[in-house]
Amino acid sequence: MGLDVNWAVKWLTLSAQAMAEHRVWLIELDRAIGDSDHGENMDRGFQAVLDKLAENPPETPGAALKLTAMALMSKVGGAAGPLYGTAFLRAGTALGDAAYVDAAALAAALGAARDGIVARGKAESGDKTMVDAWTPAVEAAAAAAADGDTLAVLIAAAEAAEAGAVATDPLVARKGRASYLGERSAGHRDPGAASSALILRAAAGAAA
Amino acid sequence: MTVRIVVVSHSEKIADGAVELAAQMAPDVMMVPAGGTSDGRIGTSLEKVMSALELAAGGDGVVVLTDLGSAVMTAESALEFAEGSATVLLADAPIVEGLVAAAVAAQGGASVHAVKRAAEATHGYPASRPKDEQHVPPAAHVAAGSGLHPAGAARAGTPQTGTAQPGVPPAAPVPDVSGDFELVNLAGMHARPAAKIAGGLAALDAEVTVNGVDGASMTGLMTLGAGKGSVLHVEASGPDAERAVAYVAGLVKAGFGEP
Repeated sequence: MGLDVNWAVKWLTLSAQAMAEHRVWLIELDRAIGDSDHGENMDRGFQAVLDKLAENPPETPGAALKLTAMALMSKVGGAAGPLYGTAFLRAGTALGDAAYVDAAALAAALGAARDGIVARGKAESGDKTMVDAWTPAVEAAAAAAADGDTLAVLIAAAEAAEAGAVATDPLVARKGRASYLGERSAGHRDPGAASSALILRAAAGAAA
Repeated sequence: MTVRIVVVSHSEKIADGAVELAAQMAPDVMMVPAGGTSDGRIGTSLEKVMSALELAAGGDGVVVLTDLGSAVMTAESALEFAEGSATVLLADAPIVEGLVAAAVAAQGGASVHAVKRAAEATHGYPASRPKDEQHVPPAAHVAAGSGLHPAGAARAGTPQTGTAQPGVPPAAPVPDVSGDFELVNLAGMHARPAAKIAGGLAALDAEVTVNGVDGASMTGLMTLGAGKGSVLHVEASGPDAERAVAYVAGLVKAGFGEP
């Protein structure tokens, strides 16, 4: 056993709710150091995900994540589209056709998602990007996976991502639009790290 | 059959306009614009890029030109999604200059790799050209005269480097073929002639310089600022060297088809 397609659909649904609820907060974070469209883009992107899930109900968790990738890449518009799109695509590919996801597969899929973001965006840890939420999350998930409990993996990932997002506050951005601001980017949370933490918290919420 | 081109821009108008412009110089090349999001906003759309790639499939390969950062990411993502078998290459080039150079190269029958190279050569001189063409001594370019000079013919001396002393093997590479051609058209070397020269040369297997700049670089050629009456000194090496020099000669003598 493990997590099934219902978990995946619930994860994406909770993610869409989180984006809608935090839309204004993400816009404000992005206004400080970016171009203030992150909240709007993510909200629109995840609404498109919900539409796709309704039109074309997936049969496996992997299929749900690939469908999400396509919707986000088509509808988000900004850099977050291809970054999250690649993350969900790589995670979906890692899960393959399996009907159930166990703790090890889950940790591996999160790692594949993070690797996709790094490959696409060329950012490293400490650049004040979503990588700063994903890398601690992947490490925490891998450590938690040893016990074989999927919920524990997802909670560990969500907590680490949240801490990682908070830890972007003092950083000076080296990638993305915020890097144009140089030192002035310090003192603000990275919007991509913030939305990543919301998405990973939704994954845990869906498994609870 | 030619190489086809997909243009990915944040703006639908930029993608459409760049294609419209390049089509003037390469009427037979299929160019597919993929600009803006699917709901007409500024941004890039995976769906649009993927359908453009599908439209462009079936030729001799596809070269993709992009504008700002996330357009590159969207194009890369589209390739990752498509997992297609046809050769699709992303060119790292300025979208307008790169597209025009790529389109002209494709029009001339260049391979997909040559079309990509033609686009990337517009980054400015020196472009990332391979190997030994960098070391041609500048003084060699002042050679006067006209017509084709086969390899080994007398050239203007460059005493400080000694490369052209009779009987002494040159330290720097001597071109296989060279020639000097006077521009006869009124407007001289402007965008369209530069595109024709660069595009045609990109399709040939030869390393070519024109007055010291990369002959396959449209922007390089335009920086020459060569007006009517200027002489183009062409040096070419490689299997197609003779064809390359003859190609430039033909274009120049015909005034690029202009008054």
